[in-house]
Amino acid sequence: MTDKVLSYCPGCGHGTTHRIIMEVVEEMGIQEDTIGVAPVGCSVLAYEFMNIDMQEAAHGRAPALATAIKRLWPKKHVFTYQGDGDLAAIGTAETIHACNRGENIVIVFINNGIYGMTGGQMAPTTLPNMKSSTSPYGRDEAMMGHPLRITELIANLPGVHYVTRQAVHKPGHVRKAKKAIRKAFEQSFENKGLCFVEVVSNCNSGWKMTPNDSNVWMEENMFPYYPLGDIKVDGNLVK
Amino acid sequence: MKELRLMKGNEAMAEAAIRCGADGYFGYPITPQSEVLEYLMAERPWMRTGMAILQAESEVASINMLYGGASTGKKVLTSSSSPGISLMQEGISYLAGAELPCLVINVVRGGPGLGDIQPSQSDYFQATKGGGHGDYHLFVIAPSSVQESADFVKYAFDVAFKYRIPAMILSDGAIGQMMEKVELSESIPRRTDEEVIAECGDWATTGKTPDRERNIITSLDLVPERLEEHNHKLQAKYKEIEANEVLFEEIECDDADYVLVAYGTSARICQKSVQLAREKGYKLGLMRPITLWPFPKAKIAEYGDTKKGILTVEMSAGQMVEDVRLNINGKIPVEFYGRNGGVIPTPDEVLTAFEKHFI
Repeated sequence: MTDKVLSYCPGCGHGTTHRIIMEVVEEMGIQEDTIGVAPVGCSVLAYEFMNIDMQEAAHGRAPALATAIKRLWPKKHVFTYQGDGDLAAIGTAETIHACNRGENIVIVFINNGIYGMTGGQMAPTTLPNMKSSTSPYGRDEAMMGHPLRITELIANLPGVHYVTRQAVHKPGHVRKAKKAIRKAFEQSFENKGLCFVEVVSNCNSGWKMTPNDSNVWMEENMFPYYPLGDIKVDGNLVK
Repeated sequence: MKELRLMKGNEAMAEAAIRCGADGYFGYPITPQSEVLEYLMAERPWMRTGMAILQAESEVASINMLYGGASTGKKVLTSSSSPGISLMQEGISYLAGAELPCLVINVVRGGPGLGDIQPSQSDYFQATKGGGHGDYHLFVIAPSSVQESADFVKYAFDVAFKYRIPAMILSDGAIGQMMEKVELSESIPRRTDEEVIAECGDWATTGKTPDRERNIITSLDLVPERLEEHNHKLQAKYKEIEANEVLFEEIECDDADYVLVAYGTSARICQKSVQLAREKGYKLGLMRPITLWPFPKAKIAEYGDTKKGILTVEMSAGQMVEDVRLNINGKIPVEFYGRNGGVIPTPDEVLTAFEKHFI
């Protein structure tokens, strides 16, 4: 990590996730050989905090950037860091096709069920009946569609090698998430295919809760809809 | 080794890209430019030079792949035709904002909307005035033959890297599809990774080594004063390009009283019109802008003092004519003749228009 003070709200999972990615990079000794791609969203400034060469993508297009970087520099580690609006709404096509081509990259997907940066609007992953600034009476599934489990969707694509869903709100979860990220970096570098790590996170500001309350709410509401654990390991769906 | 071949304009640009040492092509099929991608896939340059070729899922993905590749200092290009280029405009704005050298080829077809698949020049405004959001320019060069289509690939890349600016070849459906004799230049080897780092390592994301600060590619700056400073830097660069990189061709202009101004396919038509006019005793010449941005402003302005009138001919409703009028600044009459929707004017039509306005 750089010395720059994080711009994230206190209690948000972005900072922890940034840190464990950078710890993996440091522990693997690959700082010189890692190129990251930042998204548009709360983590639009991720490149200010991660002490590696990085590119800032247009909204949703990070997997397209990463595709080209990896194909032009096949010996580099290439990863994208994307939120749910970026990856599962505007960037759905780029996400699915990078996964389907089996690009040898890592995608770290932060799912907090809301558009944080723009002020708490409804995301593709916003839960049924969950309130946001563009679903002030709760997400009406008949009118607004259903929360998208894009991670399960891409896990079915043959180009995808490793898919897991993690969290970072408690020390045990952080340790597991870091292991998952390391595995993703190692296996994508071995050209086994795309490795995808979802981190279900809180957004205490967007959800209008204290950090503690948001973590409890996340466990009670987000985890049942987005269950933690491995979804695809070594190219095989986990039963 | 130099080689003489009979090729379509689209094929010639694809072959020229391989020969000039390009590292990657990312594109999506659209008529009338699909031969670029088809040629590359058939030619398999990854076996010849190591150049990466990928058929993307959309033009949006293509242009963002270009951004990713260009951000690492590699020589990357894409090609498309008008509706696809419209889709790319957001990405082109990002490429300009982040000062990334790359090449975008637009084989223009009739519009607006889905339009048709016939040759047109109705994307002049989009190509030369920005196209996407924000204050920026591309280096825009317009071939009028298959030979120039091939030659301008390397040339455009050279300018793009010299100034760190995206370049565009503005072709059209006629030049892209027609077959002509073309002399292909000798192949230049692709730069090694070490050479890319040596050339672009001070800005490109090639991996942070201990001897330098990390490199960041972004078009974002949330501090208005800093973003204004960045804009000033871009504008200064554009002024330098305007001073140094203008290209045009004059045909029988020295003794001419009147001048046709036309580029690309229209310029070829006008060449015949000049011949017909000379046979009838009219002192008519042709001025062909080769770079559309930077536009040959000074040469056009000069005509305001030396000629009696100008007829601008375009396959559009009249776009470049605005730049001609701006630089003539009312000194002599500037008239316009154009056909739309993929219709190519005939030399006789142009001559008749000239006679109507000036004889």
